[in-house]
Amino acid sequence: MSIDSEVLERDLDVAQEAAAPTSPRRKFLFMRNTKALTGLVILGFFTLMAIIGPWIAPYDPDARSKDVLQPPSWDHLFGTTHIGQDVFSQILVGTRGVMVVGFVAGIVATTIGVLIGVTAGYIGGFGDEGLSALSNVFLVIPQLPLIIIIAGQLPSAGGLTVALVIAATGWAWGARVLRAQTLSLRKRDFIEAARANGEKSWRIITAEILPNLTAIIAAGFVGTVGFAVLSQITLSFIGITSVSEWNWGTVLFWAQAQLALQQGAWWWFVPAGLCIALLGMSLTLINFGIDEFVNPRLRSTGLNARKLRKRQIRPRIGFTPVVHEAKEDRS
Amino acid sequence: MRFFVRRIIFYAITLWAAITINFFIPRVMPGDPVQAAIAAGGGTISPDAIPALQALFGIDPTQSLWSQYVDYLQMLAHGDLGTSFTYIGSPVLDVIKQALPWTIGLVGIATIISFVIGTLIGSGIGWRRGTWADSLLPISTFFSAVPYFWLALIAIAIFSVALGWFPSSGSYDRNMVPNLSWDFIGSVIYYGTLPALTIVISSISGWILGMRNMMVTVSSEDYVTVAQAKGLSERKVLFGYAARNAILPQVSSFALSLGFIVGGTLIMEIVFSYQGIGFLLFNAVNAKDYPLMQGCFLVITIAVLAANILADFVYGALDPRTRQEG
Repeated sequence: MSIDSEVLERDLDVAQEAAAPTSPRRKFLFMRNTKALTGLVILGFFTLMAIIGPWIAPYDPDARSKDVLQPPSWDHLFGTTHIGQDVFSQILVGTRGVMVVGFVAGIVATTIGVLIGVTAGYIGGFGDEGLSALSNVFLVIPQLPLIIIIAGQLPSAGGLTVALVIAATGWAWGARVLRAQTLSLRKRDFIEAARANGEKSWRIITAEILPNLTAIIAAGFVGTVGFAVLSQITLSFIGITSVSEWNWGTVLFWAQAQLALQQGAWWWFVPAGLCIALLGMSLTLINFGIDEFVNPRLRSTGLNARKLRKRQIRPRIGFTPVVHEAKEDRS
Repeated sequence: MRFFVRRIIFYAITLWAAITINFFIPRVMPGDPVQAAIAAGGGTISPDAIPALQALFGIDPTQSLWSQYVDYLQMLAHGDLGTSFTYIGSPVLDVIKQALPWTIGLVGIATIISFVIGTLIGSGIGWRRGTWADSLLPISTFFSAVPYFWLALIAIAIFSVALGWFPSSGSYDRNMVPNLSWDFIGSVIYYGTLPALTIVISSISGWILGMRNMMVTVSSEDYVTVAQAKGLSERKVLFGYAARNAILPQVSSFALSLGFIVGGTLIMEIVFSYQGIGFLLFNAVNAKDYPLMQGCFLVITIAVLAANILADFVYGALDPRTRQEG
């Protein structure tokens, strides 16, 4: 026996929608996604740490002490370094550097991406050819080596400079996706209607096209923040940017330089790495949430798989889930 | 054919853009790279070398920017990337030539292994969605969020420091003389295992996720349903109908993410002190060896472009639509 799962899924959706209060709450559909919610909570935590971290840090991250290379204890939650600095404080203080660079680079790169991508998609013709060739060029050129040679030639590469360099090289992906989407929006009826009404181009772009791109812009922003955080930490780790400015990469740089690995000082490099992973994971989760929000096919598979299984339906290829013969007669 | 011509023109433009960026970076940077280089050299650079350096960086005030640019292009056309500061007197090209095979061997093989295995796993997970296989997703999300170099650090801590199974740095046993004997090749493989494994583990999750999502999309297409309805075997539907179509975006995203992967793996070389081009670039940056830095960047870019062209040809061979359009 087989049940048309499309109908079934639609039924489930309808059931959910009926259960939820109507229109105003629909906006928060995104927030009901567990993945996105988990991601946002973790991101919020790190943002909070970025703000209050330097104040709640128990020690001065640069201060030396007599507790040299101590494993984690209640005095030093993440242990100490070779000259007795508190690793926990270094990470707390460093969170700000990481987040600021991530967000600044994300905002700048997204802005460039929106400008170039939407313009290219909207104007079409030669301008489009030129702008998309430009973004394709930036996509193909390996970014990290480019960032390394730029940062390596700057006399002093502080956090903000690095953020700008990352933004200047990392905008192309967003631009490409936005251009494709704008291209398909441009031919829709409501845009044609707006044009027929004699609306100005900039108004069509800002009032008609941009709102429809929100999800993609958000996804691009989140992705770029992740990329920027990774790049910045990598640059600090290989010691190209200033090693006296604390961020998670700097912690790893000192751990590597002082042979923490060979001395078995795992507490020196494990926490920083886990923080990076956690932050990166939260960004990925938010992007999953956005993806599922935009692409209902992914949403229904993720969301309803468990429900289908409860009904003993195996979600296989889209249309024909197979109901298991009732194995146990429940009676 | 038009497809390939278009792509080749595009890559030519990209190459030109990379060369031009390379030309302008030292010229728009604040500060004097020549003085910085002399300071970094700490007296190893003789004052006689200053005019040569100035010519290289285009600080020479007697020349216009345009004629400098033409000179630079001419230099490149003759395969001349300048002279390295750190490897005194040897041309940059020769230094890079020695490092390049190591990188291409390690990164190339590891990336291909990761792509093939990741795509296979991804199609499996996408096909059996809603089962235990979905629980692999969060794990791969974790690995995609971890920076490559950190995973490399952990791998060294576990496999070479704690367990002592693999060496923590280098690319072959230093007591051996490089030759083509089996002993030497064995040593190269032994030293390369840990870096390669780390590259595979950290890059595989992207392929898994991409393929999984494509499989989910493709498997609800009509032709898959028809194939299933015809009573074809599960394997035939999976590989002959669903995976076959789902793999196309994988190949194009392979081309696009290559630059990113290469960036990550270069850092990996630094952690393992693997004598490839990433390690070379790292040393060049630390020594402020500008000609070597720029040479490395250019060669890395060319390698990525070559790989992209290859991926394009594969795509063209797989997808007849690209050939038909022209």
